[in-house]
Amino acid sequence: MGFWSQQPALAHYLVLGAILFSISVIGIFLNRRNVLIILMAIELMLLAVNLNFIAFSRFLGDAAGQVFVFFILTVAAAESAIGLAILVLLFRNVGSIDVEDIDQLRG
Amino acid sequence: MVQTVIFYVFAAILVFAALRVVTTRNPVHAALWLVLSFFSAAGVWLLLQAEFLAIALVLVYVGAVMVLFLFVVMMLDVNFEKMRERFRSYIPVAAMVGILVLVEMALVILGGYLGDRSIPPEAPASYSNTRSLGMLIYTEYAYPFEIAGFILLVAIIAAIALTHRQRRQTKHQNPGAQVRVRREDRLRIVQMPAEKREP
Repeated sequence: MGFWSQQPALAHYLVLGAILFSISVIGIFLNRRNVLIILMAIELMLLAVNLNFIAFSRFLGDAAGQVFVFFILTVAAAESAIGLAILVLLFRNVGSIDVEDIDQLRG
Repeated sequence: MVQTVIFYVFAAILVFAALRVVTTRNPVHAALWLVLSFFSAAGVWLLLQAEFLAIALVLVYVGAVMVLFLFVVMMLDVNFEKMRERFRSYIPVAAMVGILVLVEMALVILGGYLGDRSIPPEAPASYSNTRSLGMLIYTEYAYPFEIAGFILLVAIIAAIALTHRQRRQTKHQNPGAQVRVRREDRLRIVQMPAEKREP
């Protein structure tokens, strides 16, 4: 049984989570000027972490990991709502959501 | 065997959709690719027998948070071309960092979590994810559950307080002022001598 043909072990799920996390990091690097895509990349990061929690919870037989995913979903929803509200306000006041235009507090 | 195939199908769709989220030019497309990646992730969670969380992901995340993203994306009239000017020049550094992070994580994972002791134990046929979550949330984690409710309330208040605009042009009634009005505010009696008209 090689890596590719065995039934998905814990390692498969964790590697999938790691791939998602690194895609999210790449995304933040590539889209540094676009606040919306950065917010979406943060959602992807949270998704990767949730996958990690659920995989471990399943393989260790402890449901506490899934309870924590429940709370992560809650907090992520709250954070997206407030982040988007701030983004809308920023657009109303500055006229663009380019990170380079948010420079009024420069020292 | 079927599980393996399903896992790889969902994982491939998930990874492809995630890549398209961060590389696409159009933010509406990015939001839609993110929706697809959440659906595929829900499929992977179903394989892990977390069906309540998979449905909660689709209902809450896709149904609420991603719809909110789409609203905001379509509401903001932004010139995205200007922001993508230096996209090409960021690719080498981004790819290097991303691949480095991935390789480091994979080395740790493949060292310890592969092999026979990582095959999941068979769950009983009556295993219900909803039930086992409920048994924990309402007993041992009841206090964090209430706090999560408060966090959502605070998020509601914050989002509304941040973006609410006063409507200055609509007329409205103020019942308190209406009730407080006195006779002297409405009517003024002026004493005047009667005028005699010349015939």
